[in-house]
Amino acid sequence: MKSLRRILAILRKELVQLRRDRTTFAMVVMIPFIQLILFGYAINTNLRHVPVAVVDQSRTGLSRALIQMVEATQVVDVTMRLATVAEAKRALVASQVRAVLILPPDLPGRVARSPALGLAPPAATGASAGRPVGQWLVDSSDTMVAGAIKSLRNMPLSELFRQTANRAVPTFEVALFYNPEQRTEVNIVPGLVGVILTMTMIMFTSAAIVRESERGNMEMLINTPVRPFELMLGKIVPYIGIGLLQMAIILGLGYLIFDVPVNGSLWVLLAATLLFILASLSLGLVFSTLAKSQLQAMQMTVFVLLPSILLSGFMFPFDGMPGPAQAIAQVLPATHFISMIRGVVLRDAGMAELAGGMIWLIGFSAVGLIVASLRFRKRLD
Amino acid sequence: MTETVVRTSGLTRRFGDKTAVNAVDLRIDRGMIYGFLGPNGSGKTTLMRMLTGILRPSAGEAEVLGVRLPGNAEPLKRQIGYMTQIFSHYRDLTVLENLRFAADVYGLTRRERRRRIDELLRIYDLTEQARQMAGSLSGGQRQRLALAAAVLHRPRLLFLDEPTSAVDPESRRAFWEQLFDLVEEGATIIVSTHFMDEAERCHRIAILDRGHKRADGAPTELMAALDANVVEVEGANLRQVKRALDGQAGILSTAQIGERLRVLVDKAIADPAGHVRQAAALGSPASCAVVRPNLEDVFVSATRRAAA
Ligand SMILES: Nc1ncnc2c1ncn2[C@@H]1O[C@H](COP(=O)(O)OP(=O)(O)OP(=O)(O)O)[C@@H](O)[C@H]1O
Ligand SMILES: [Mg+2]
Repeated sequence: MKSLRRILAILRKELVQLRRDRTTFAMVVMIPFIQLILFGYAINTNLRHVPVAVVDQSRTGLSRALIQMVEATQVVDVTMRLATVAEAKRALVASQVRAVLILPPDLPGRVARSPALGLAPPAATGASAGRPVGQWLVDSSDTMVAGAIKSLRNMPLSELFRQTANRAVPTFEVALFYNPEQRTEVNIVPGLVGVILTMTMIMFTSAAIVRESERGNMEMLINTPVRPFELMLGKIVPYIGIGLLQMAIILGLGYLIFDVPVNGSLWVLLAATLLFILASLSLGLVFSTLAKSQLQAMQMTVFVLLPSILLSGFMFPFDGMPGPAQAIAQVLPATHFISMIRGVVLRDAGMAELAGGMIWLIGFSAVGLIVASLRFRKRLD
Repeated sequence: MTETVVRTSGLTRRFGDKTAVNAVDLRIDRGMIYGFLGPNGSGKTTLMRMLTGILRPSAGEAEVLGVRLPGNAEPLKRQIGYMTQIFSHYRDLTVLENLRFAADVYGLTRRERRRRIDELLRIYDLTEQARQMAGSLSGGQRQRLALAAAVLHRPRLLFLDEPTSAVDPESRRAFWEQLFDLVEEGATIIVSTHFMDEAERCHRIAILDRGHKRADGAPTELMAALDANVVEVEGANLRQVKRALDGQAGILSTAQIGERLRVLVDKAIADPAGHVRQAAALGSPASCAVVRPNLEDVFVSATRRAAA
């Protein structure tokens, strides 16, 4: 009873301080908003409008039609037309364009013999039989750019002659579930909840205890009957509400701006998010007992934030990572949460499917809270 | 019957190879105001921190309100109040919010809380500032808030670390009156200071110097037991007289106070005034007489002897 009253006293104090701390309060709302816009628009694995140059050595109606077709795919934008290959290479080096399309002088002949035309293949007699109609020079240092251009490799040429494509029957039929239009945002927005909560939750709590020391309140506090565990609880509870608010902001705006639906149950979503918030907060508290200053606490936050962005499956698929990276990722709460929230939001996963991740988050929070309470001593030395 | 509230033996605290408190023995009885008198860095704060259990001694032990230290200090927390040297309440909370926080943390009920806070605001003259941020209070108001928060739960033992360092003389008088009221209500108070006049108000004091306790007792006792005579010289060219006296046999120290020179003379010398007159080769217009020692003389003598 007395213990509860002490927890409430700390909680109330934290809330009042938070309300008066305008910058922190603004960050609570602005961080999710800005990050959502940044990540939602900037991260796009569906690359479009790559600037390219064209060296048209054939200068025929056919070559102009071909260039128009290439542009019509929207994969590339022709931003330069150059006379020689040497000029084109200089444009690549200067990074004015990311790729160059070279159409050779004998283009019409090549097109006529190309299998991509979809006509019955002519007898493969001549030396030029089956040769590509043109060549792409690609700055492939960015693998995504290279991949986008590669996707043009087998572009059908049948439309050049207003013919309907002679579609071959594919080996496999691919049914795209949950994100049929292949929009990156659908994957990014739920994952962003995990990244932003990792950042703000750990950042706020890791500074929570240090701040008491830095502002000189600690000596008073440790002379009161407050127990470490009460202090820890009172400090993190206000941030649980903030975490939920941030989740609501991200998913709500994600729906409004990027049209990312929430397919799953809100209760499962709430449960998963609560557990993740708790895990992040308890990690922040452990940092708080380790750090000597708010700056150090911030550095520790970054230390966890980077792998949480890079290894958690937020940006790169978890399955493609090498063993050691997967091992590190498995320890991070964000990895479990991002997979869970994508499950709920996109695939309507229920408690049963998420049980493993939830249990792991519960264990993580418990260990964190205990370690933080044990590490915190009501002494100055 | 007197009840001992604090007892220490050989209490020592080292920071690296520096000894902040060196083998201090203390006995503090219930119902007194006990002063720690010492200059900057003499170990007053360190000693208080050890007695409240927030700093562990490197050697020696203490018993505070029956709780043995080093050891579990939790049972102490509810019975002691501690006013830190540097203001340690929340600057971004109002006076009222700070007091409410303290009341809740110490487990007062809602009704008690209202009554007690009203009472404290009145006693410490903070009613007008109740809704002002603690960070915007004046030095004296801040000190009164800290005292109010420290006594809110009616502690049996109150630690005040240089409570009046930012307070004007008039407020300081009022502050001390309030301390005596608290003692009347049954509290014991340990207060640190480097003001002589403040030390003189204490029932008993301990003189601290570079971590050592040099003397302890009631101020009047200490003054009476001073092992030196005090001679005051009045006249012209006091700086010259001082230079003549410094370093002479039997002269312990000299200090100019306005138009007088205060000279501590070894107790072994039979005629201290004559000795001074002779040593300084004073002319007849100068007056030279033995006066009553004050606490500063005690302090100078105690710390000088140790340095020698
Ligand atoms: N945490 C610490 N680490 C290292 N040295 C310390 C620490 N705390 C105190 N000291 C040293 O111990 C000595 C005694 O310090 P203390 O604060 O107890 O003095 P004080 O009598 O309270 O001085 P003041 O009148 O200036 O408040 C000082 O020399 C100080 O530098
Ligand atoms: Mg001090």
